[in-house]
Amino acid sequence: MYQIDDLTKTYRQGKRVVRALRGVSLTIGDGELVAVQGPTGGGKSTLLQMLGGLDRPTSGTVKLDGTDLAGMSDAQLTAARAETIGFVFQNFNLIPTLTALENVETALVPARLARQSRTARALAALDSVGLGDRGDHLPGELSGGQQQRVAIARALVKNPKVLLADEPTGNLDEETRDEIVDLIEGLWKEQGLTIVLVTHDSVVARRTPRRLRIAKGAMKELSAA
Amino acid sequence: MFFTYLRRELRNRRKQTIVVAIGLSVAIALVIVVSSVSTGVKNAQSEVLESVYGVGTDITVTQPAGGPGEGAAPARRFDFGEEDGEASEDGTRSLAQDRLSTAMGSTSFDAAALETVSGLDHVSGVAATLDLQNMSFSGEMPDMEALQEGDGPATLQMGPDGAGEGSAGGSSFEIEQFTVTGVDPDAAAVGPLTTAEVADGRTLAADDENVAVLDATYAEQQGLAVGDTITAGGKDLEIVGTVASSTGDGVATASDAYLPLATAQTLADLADQVTDVYVQVDSAENVDAVAAAVEDELPDASVSTQSDLAEGVTGSLSTASNLIGTLGTWLSAIVLAAAFGLAILFTVSGVNRRTRELGTLKAIGWSKGRVVGQVAGESVVQGLIGGAAGLALGALAVWAVNLSGITLSGASGGFTMGGGTGPMSAGAVQGGDTAPEGAGGSAFGERADTLAGAAGNAVDVVLQAPVSLWIVLAAVGLAVLGGLLAGVVGGQRAARLRPAEALRSLA
Ligand SMILES: Nc1ncnc2c1ncn2[C@@H]1O[C@H](COP(=O)(O)OP(=O)(O)OP(=O)(O)O)[C@@H](O)[C@H]1O
Ligand SMILES: [Mg+2]
Repeated sequence: MYQIDDLTKTYRQGKRVVRALRGVSLTIGDGELVAVQGPTGGGKSTLLQMLGGLDRPTSGTVKLDGTDLAGMSDAQLTAARAETIGFVFQNFNLIPTLTALENVETALVPARLARQSRTARALAALDSVGLGDRGDHLPGELSGGQQQRVAIARALVKNPKVLLADEPTGNLDEETRDEIVDLIEGLWKEQGLTIVLVTHDSVVARRTPRRLRIAKGAMKELSAA
Repeated sequence: MFFTYLRRELRNRRKQTIVVAIGLSVAIALVIVVSSVSTGVKNAQSEVLESVYGVGTDITVTQPAGGPGEGAAPARRFDFGEEDGEASEDGTRSLAQDRLSTAMGSTSFDAAALETVSGLDHVSGVAATLDLQNMSFSGEMPDMEALQEGDGPATLQMGPDGAGEGSAGGSSFEIEQFTVTGVDPDAAAVGPLTTAEVADGRTLAADDENVAVLDATYAEQQGLAVGDTITAGGKDLEIVGTVASSTGDGVATASDAYLPLATAQTLADLADQVTDVYVQVDSAENVDAVAAAVEDELPDASVSTQSDLAEGVTGSLSTASNLIGTLGTWLSAIVLAAAFGLAILFTVSGVNRRTRELGTLKAIGWSKGRVVGQVAGESVVQGLIGGAAGLALGALAVWAVNLSGITLSGASGGFTMGGGTGPMSAGAVQGGDTAPEGAGGSAFGERADTLAGAAGNAVDVVLQAPVSLWIVLAAVGLAVLGGLLAGVVGGQRAARLRPAEALRSLA
């Protein structure tokens, strides 16, 4: 699924230069579930941005299904994000003024579906995360775990090939964390998704078949499947 | 989704939405009021001009007084010899004199100018008039010998209608005056009578002689009707009709009486002389060129175009015009700029607050254009709300202005000489001084003249501010423009926003 070669990312803030990634090479196969661990500031989120086409690498290649994301135009990257890549964020990042169902629907807006089929698919996705009856609730009316479920439904409603999650359990208590990890694991098993899961939490990481560690921009394989 | 999201955002930011909408609506309302009132004032100005100069007049040609014209200003005084009038038994003499002459400030010139002007290119119509003033004096003078024994000063009181009564050392006299315009009955397309409608009887015909048509308002004042006679220049003229202004109820026409041009010339002893030439030009863009050509041909003449004349309109009308023109325009520009600034400020701060939200939308595949469109759409709808509210507010304000019936009074500069409407304080005549000179020659002939036409030419117009479709479109356009401007600025910010902002962990 992913073929990453000598990837570097350097941030410049005035005179300060931060080398967030210093030559990362990595292959992620189709249908893998990979956890990425590491200390804060190590470069986990930066790697995820590169995988998701949210930002461009300073050097190196990130091939998604054989196509280098670094060589894509903005429009192509937007299309890739709309069709192939699903995102889940630490803070859920739901649109506060839209209902749960409408939030899920936003992911289908770029696909320009007919309204009815868009709503039907969004409802089905909410159902699959166990929130079929909460479609008309605003995010503020939902618990953290429920919000993250909505966010997962939003990420998966378009049937992406890849799910990228940045600390999806970082804002949840232990019980809810386990529920969410169970959910992600279940979806992975059912749908054969490729999942990259960034986490601080060793408990979460230990449940995944493959674990990577990034510190100071360099990557180390902890355990391979 | 676009409208759902838009509606939710605006509702969620209700306060900002309302503040921006109010700001825009006040600005829009102000623009509507200022532009419609200024249209109203302009209309009033042209109404004043039309009632004085007639419809369709693009240029007027006159000759300034004291200019080297051919028609020398006639003597403006009544001369009563000691032997004039009839002496009664007690030595008092009854005197009456009737004089028709050009009004002060205007001079007659050769009617040949008419031919000259009509021969010019782009001139589609010309008419000449002879503007005159009829002054009649009637009174009684006491025995001159008795007077010479020295009585007190005589005072003369002039009423606002230009008629006066006075007494000078035991004498009593009356002054009657009215304005007379000699018009060419054949040239009906241009000139002062174009805004006049026949109220009774008929208008002047080509072969009329020694007849008069009166202004209906004047006729009513004087208790005159069709079939009666009026004395002008010492001659009794039959009244064949009355005319009223077509520009408004109770608005006086340019003159009190209209005579056939030839009759007026004869009675005033001004053969082949005219005071005003009215010129119609084939199209508006040629007006200045024709005016220049007339000036070349008639170097002594004073040539005024419609816009020169508009500047010459005085009175509360010109005050209103200036106020609207400067203060109103500036005020609406400032309020508009402030409203636009407010809209932009709120939009930008909204985008800044929604950095993560908008970044998330980009991260999940929304294109730059879609995100920008969403932000801009919100602003434009805000603008539309403001525009609609402003339209209602503006319409209400204009309606209130129209309902309150503000009356503007305007006089066309060339016509009102004295402009005074109160008692003529300067008209005190020292009876004791003049009497010994024997002839009882009163010097107030000069002065009385200054009252001429003050009543006739100041036209009251009720302000009617029209709201045209153009104003409405422009106002809504401005509101949308304000929204768009804010949308463009906010959208630009949203466009620059990196999708990676979605991953920022800070809430
Ligand atoms: N937009 C940016 N501009 C400048 N520096 C940045 C930017 N994004 C990240 N960095 C820097 O790059 C380094 C790696 O950041 P990154 O967010 O990838 O770390 P992380 O491993 O995700 O940390 P955390 O566990 O705290 O989320 C850090 O030193 C960070 O300060
Ligand atoms: Mg991070």
